[in-house]
Amino acid sequence: MQFNSFAEFINMGGYAFYVWLSYGVSAALIIYLLFASIRRNKTVLEQIAMRQKREQRLRQAAEKNMKKQGLSEPQINDEMIEAAVQHSTQASK
Amino acid sequence: MNQASENSIAQNSPRDMNKTTNKLSYRGAFNLMVKRDLTIALRHKDDILNPLLFFVIVVTLFPLGIGPEASTLSRIAPGIIWVAALLSTLLSLDRLFKADHNDGSLEQMLLSPHPVFILVLAKITAHWLITGLPLIIVAPLLAVLLHFNEQSYSALMLTLLLGTPVLSLLGAIGVALTVGIKKGGVLLSLLVLPLYIPVLIFATSAIDTAALGLPYGGQLAIIAALFLGSLTLAPFAVGAALKVSTN
Amino acid sequence: MFKWLHPYANPEVSYNFCGKLQPWLFRLSALFLTIGLVWALLYAPADYQQGDSFRIFYIHVPAAILAMGIYFAMAIAALSSLVWQLKLADASAAAMAPIGAVFTAIALITGAAWGKPMWGTWWIWDARLTSELILLFLYLGVIALHNAFEDKNLAGKAAGILSLVGVINLPIIHYSVEWWNTLHQGATVSKLGAPSMSASMYWPFLMCLLGFSFLIAALICLRFRTEVLARNSMRPWVRELAMNSTEQKVCHSSSCHTHSQN
Repeated sequence: MQFNSFAEFINMGGYAFYVWLSYGVSAALIIYLLFASIRRNKTVLEQIAMRQKREQRLRQAAEKNMKKQGLSEPQINDEMIEAAVQHSTQASK
Repeated sequence: MNQASENSIAQNSPRDMNKTTNKLSYRGAFNLMVKRDLTIALRHKDDILNPLLFFVIVVTLFPLGIGPEASTLSRIAPGIIWVAALLSTLLSLDRLFKADHNDGSLEQMLLSPHPVFILVLAKITAHWLITGLPLIIVAPLLAVLLHFNEQSYSALMLTLLLGTPVLSLLGAIGVALTVGIKKGGVLLSLLVLPLYIPVLIFATSAIDTAALGLPYGGQLAIIAALFLGSLTLAPFAVGAALKVSTN
Repeated sequence: MFKWLHPYANPEVSYNFCGKLQPWLFRLSALFLTIGLVWALLYAPADYQQGDSFRIFYIHVPAAILAMGIYFAMAIAALSSLVWQLKLADASAAAMAPIGAVFTAIALITGAAWGKPMWGTWWIWDARLTSELILLFLYLGVIALHNAFEDKNLAGKAAGILSLVGVINLPIIHYSVEWWNTLHQGATVSKLGAPSMSASMYWPFLMCLLGFSFLIAALICLRFRTEVLARNSMRPWVRELAMNSTEQKVCHSSSCHTHSQN
């Protein structure tokens, strides 16, 4: 142990401000990076899930429409869904 | 020069381009490209004049900001001229691929049977002839304004002659990367300026050394090495970047 | 070796692999950083010249070394993505850029904080600090280029080319700055050559270096997985994963039924 008391440890031989500034800033930056990375991971997952839910809703709406019009076979394909999703995402922006 | 290559140049004048497009030699393609770019640039004289004017204005601002003492000015003159040269090159870089990208001729160039390396090199050469060369011609006049040390005029000219092509070559990489982006202008300076640092350091130090009456061959040799290195490597990077940007 | 590496070209396999690796890397980094920092702050002797301000170096030097190292790693990833068209190498390069920028910033700030008591000014145009500043600019350029493209695959390719150009330039810039510094060095600057470290300083330093390396590896894993998800958002396994992870959260907020009816 290089320091005799806690106050001496905090004082850092007169360099307290500089030493604790560097340790503090480094810790803050690393913690910020960590949380930013975790948050980005979550938002990406949420965006993918939201897009999927929107797709499902559009698909169901389309099927309901088809049934109303008396068509037994739903006449939709993936491309139509894709186009609808694109349209709705653009509209939401 | 041998007879055959002379013939190939003669054949490849723009008039009979249609006939010989498929048989165009590398040199023919290169010359054709340079000629095309120079013709376009001469039609829009603003493109040549504006960066030059910018260069002159930036250099004249410094004495106004710092004060007219001859000793101070001559001390910092090499740095001022070189930084102004970097900035004006940066300003002119934007037009290197922009117009060609907008009207689609860039894609045609990439699809053409000629190696991209040759075409890119030709475009960069044309760009240097349009922007670098006028800069070198104007630089001595500005050096007079800044009370340049008399011994260092030759060093200034030589470093500009060797250094400005490096600026065009490295800058072309940045432009090629940002040509597809709408707000590419500010991004371009962020990408390119750090790459210019070695040229700046060695050029200004060569001029400073010359002012002391010492030999500055070493610095010139390093700038020449940078020039040759970027001459061989940069066109490859530009070609790859253009393929990404025109995707 | 390629036979062993081959399965990891599949995004799902390497996503799961990194997921397994990640907690261990975090644990290892926590372990080594705790040992290293406690040792550095409490038990390592003060430098006979610089006193206790030397303790800044236990952060500064690893950060500087690793910032440079991440750039090289990014360039290698970019090269392998351009040469072998590996989409995952692209994702890893994209994951590394912000981490490298943060560590470069740490190296710069701690360098300045060390310079103030030693040199009397916050900033001095010292060769190492200057080249770290330029490294930060290079990182920011790569990140800005990444953000400028809408299409992440294009962004990866463009940033890859830039980082390769940067990595060729980096040694040139480094040596030119060093040379420039020796040329212009004033009399006031007392350059402190790297003191030959004694064992009592070397071991805590090594612990910190290892701790930061594991931390960076863990962060790269985390960001790499995010990038993989973002680039493969249309794949079934990603969609399933996304649905599962958000479903759990929705259930917590007790609106589970409405969603399950949909």
